[in-house]
Amino acid sequence: MPTTTSSRIPEIVRHHEEQLLSEWVQRQLAALTARRDLIQDDELREQSRRFLIHLRDGLQRGGLAQEVGGAAWAEMRDLLSAYSLSRARMGFSPSETATFVFSFKQPLYDRLRDEVGDDPSALQNELWAATVLLDRLGLHTVELYQRNREEVIRRQQDELSELSTPVVQLWDGILALPVIGTLDSSRTQTVMENLLEKIVQTGATHAILDITGVPTVDTLVAQHLLKTVAAARLMGAECIISGIRPQIAQTIVHLGVDLGDVTTKSTLADAFAVALHKSGMAVTRNGHRALPAISSGPSSSTPTSSSS
Amino acid sequence: MERIPILRMGDCLLVTIQVDMHDRLAITLQDDIMEKISESRAKGLIVDISALEIVDSFIGRVLGDIAGMARILDTRTVVVGMRPAVAITLVELGLSLPGVITALNVERGLDLIRNTKNGTSGLDGRSEG
Repeated sequence: MPTTTSSRIPEIVRHHEEQLLSEWVQRQLAALTARRDLIQDDELREQSRRFLIHLRDGLQRGGLAQEVGGAAWAEMRDLLSAYSLSRARMGFSPSETATFVFSFKQPLYDRLRDEVGDDPSALQNELWAATVLLDRLGLHTVELYQRNREEVIRRQQDELSELSTPVVQLWDGILALPVIGTLDSSRTQTVMENLLEKIVQTGATHAILDITGVPTVDTLVAQHLLKTVAAARLMGAECIISGIRPQIAQTIVHLGVDLGDVTTKSTLADAFAVALHKSGMAVTRNGHRALPAISSGPSSSTPTSSSS
Repeated sequence: MERIPILRMGDCLLVTIQVDMHDRLAITLQDDIMEKISESRAKGLIVDISALEIVDSFIGRVLGDIAGMARILDTRTVVVGMRPAVAITLVELGLSLPGVITALNVERGLDLIRNTKNGTSGLDGRSEG
């Protein structure tokens, strides 16, 4: 493109680097979107300086017409990606992040006006070229910002799904799995894997699936639950489902879901009692009322709570 | 020809599958087990599949068949040692081996069979107790 090859922007950036930098930094600090609570002035200045250096190098190497995705702007892209990553972590908003690049327009336009202001058509060409370049760099920054944020969200989702399905050992051979939140296919897979691994580790014979924390049960969720029960059975452990709320019980019956011969109990405590009973264990109440052992005297022959 | 050994422990038979089962071998194993059951009058059969990494639909069906046939010969079958990955795959395939009793390991399997003999716990019903 003839207008860009003869552009004076590279030259202007090279010659007025110091001036551009100081004006730009001043503008950024004065702007409403400046977040002086999140970033130090020195750091901002340093980032701006490096941006200008890469802008100069990029202009020298690739010119204006070249796409920002090209090799000439590789260093600039690295800088911007590091920049947007740190901004995303620090809690900058998208527009605050993008302003870093877009606020450079004004100092650059000022210089352009000073240099080629006497030729309106040349000035227009230069302004257009500068706008296209800075817009692309700015959009690139926002895009990276967005991607980083999505990455953070995705990681948090994974962690949440991992955390929300703990398998706890209630007793020797009895596991409990309090399910919290909606069961979808991917979570069921995690739940199932966690449970089965734990069954192998602890040699459990009973597993209690507590669904007190599951807001709704539709046919799909019911199917997922039954799958988990079936898989645990194949490993030699029997499952008890507990914590089914009245509304959920109604839904299950209305949907015509057959829970088969799965034992269901209303509370985790009931399910635990059943599991203990089936494992041949029992918890008995101490014969005396709950007196502290020390005050009852050394010679007492109080029966202690036992499991047989 | 390749064969899977069938061990006798008291009045129980123990089959430990340690090679990857192909269809032919599964059928041979089924025949051998039935022969051995009628010959030894065993009361229990334990099939240990802890070394199996792949259980396909055919093997799954053979396991179910073995349990069914053994029951007719008055022998209780317990499949033990299924790996989590295998269990998940079978369930996803829709093969939850109905009618097959399962346990975590050989020891538990022996316990189950002994308990049935003493009549303390029902092996026949899934919903015991």
